[in-house]
Amino acid sequence: MQGSVLYNLGFATAICVACAIVVSSSAVSLRERQLVNQALDMQRNVLVAAGLAAPDEALEAEEIAARFTPIRQVVIDVASGAATDADPATFDPRAAAADPGTSRTAPPNNAGLSRVADQALVYELLDAGGALDLVVLPVHGLGLWGLLYGFVALDADLETIRGLTYYEHKETPGLGGEVDNPRWKGLWNGRKAFGPNGEPAIEVARGLAGPPADDPFRVDGLAGATMTSRGVTNMLRFWLDEEGFGPYLDALRSRGDARAATDDGRGRMTAGGA
Amino acid sequence: MAKPREALIDPLFNNNPIALQVLGICSALAVTTRMDTALVMSAAVVVVTMSSNFFVSALRNQIPTSIRIIVQLTIIASLVIVVDQVLKAYLFELSKQLTVFVGLIITNCIIMGRAEAYAMQNPPGMSLIDGLGNGLGYGAVLMLTAFVRELFGSGSVFGTTVLPLASEGGWYTPNGLMVLSPAAFFIIGLLIWALRSWKRDQVEAE
Repeated sequence: MQGSVLYNLGFATAICVACAIVVSSSAVSLRERQLVNQALDMQRNVLVAAGLAAPDEALEAEEIAARFTPIRQVVIDVASGAATDADPATFDPRAAAADPGTSRTAPPNNAGLSRVADQALVYELLDAGGALDLVVLPVHGLGLWGLLYGFVALDADLETIRGLTYYEHKETPGLGGEVDNPRWKGLWNGRKAFGPNGEPAIEVARGLAGPPADDPFRVDGLAGATMTSRGVTNMLRFWLDEEGFGPYLDALRSRGDARAATDDGRGRMTAGGA
Repeated sequence: MAKPREALIDPLFNNNPIALQVLGICSALAVTTRMDTALVMSAAVVVVTMSSNFFVSALRNQIPTSIRIIVQLTIIASLVIVVDQVLKAYLFELSKQLTVFVGLIITNCIIMGRAEAYAMQNPPGMSLIDGLGNGLGYGAVLMLTAFVRELFGSGSVFGTTVLPLASEGGWYTPNGLMVLSPAAFFIIGLLIWALRSWKRDQVEAE
């Protein structure tokens, strides 16, 4: 019996079925908890981009919710930049981008995007007086191995970058994966997103960039990760431009929420602190 | 038949999977910059070696010899995926830092090696203990390496500051080499040297 082809086939099938049942039941039963974790992780990344949490700070769910209170979540119409009355709590950006009814074919772009959602969830941080302090925009685009999903925070002048974080990517650990490096993230604070003519000018350099005051539009490149660096540049340029959040930023400017840049460093925790 | 005590204690010093057999080095380099990641990784490997040894041993009389490696691999891979799912559900932050390395437990030679060399010949109970011993042997080296790397690389132990860093107003300037992978090579090399100076019989014949 043992050693016959039929026995081998039968045994292999039985093992596969048994293992498949174990794997799939663990995946299904733990899915809910994992989704909660992912949602919390996304919120934590919004806080990090906004400078309300340090990159390596461990935060409990309640603490994240507490720090989220001054943040207004708004679902906007990307093309017009106007706020919509969609519920931010139930808005799922990825589902929206995948559904033909709520997305459009992406315009030609270098960010590797084929479809973009008509709506987007943005986060407006308000100060005590209710004025805009900074705005956190979701960005995503192609790196080397897949899409990177993250957030970029712009100061109330809608020009100065306050932070950039990625909460999901498939880049090589140690090379492109260094987009998670707190020190690299800290380099973004104070850079300028837009050039003199209002076009997105921010880029990840090849090699080193100077301090923000001397070299406002460039950030150090990631060593050994040219494709990832380029991907970061491309996605920022796409999302900050007219096809991305350009109309929304224009709307914010005309709303009068935008104010002159403040360089006094109002004691906000900056990304990458130490 | 070996005694349970020996099966458990032997892999710690006399037959350590990393120090003597030099297996599982890749993950030992990758996850030992901090003690908390090393601890989670060690725990994951202990769970996987124990359970894979147990299941392989329980099926050892049924597994056809001609396809035994792929059967072992199927069992190991399933266990690793389950562990990965549990980590994502209950230790999300740490699982993000461990990234691909939990998945790569599948290719860790220690687990495959114990399944093939021990579990295929011994009853489930003893195999379970052997898996525990080998997992702990791997974990012990990992924790020692991580302790040295975190202490001198980041001035802390389990994230608690022990040596106040100069950049935060203290006096200690961290050793940048310690947070890079080669440091683990040096530390594991020194460990092997120390172990073989203590237990002469581990030195390979010329």
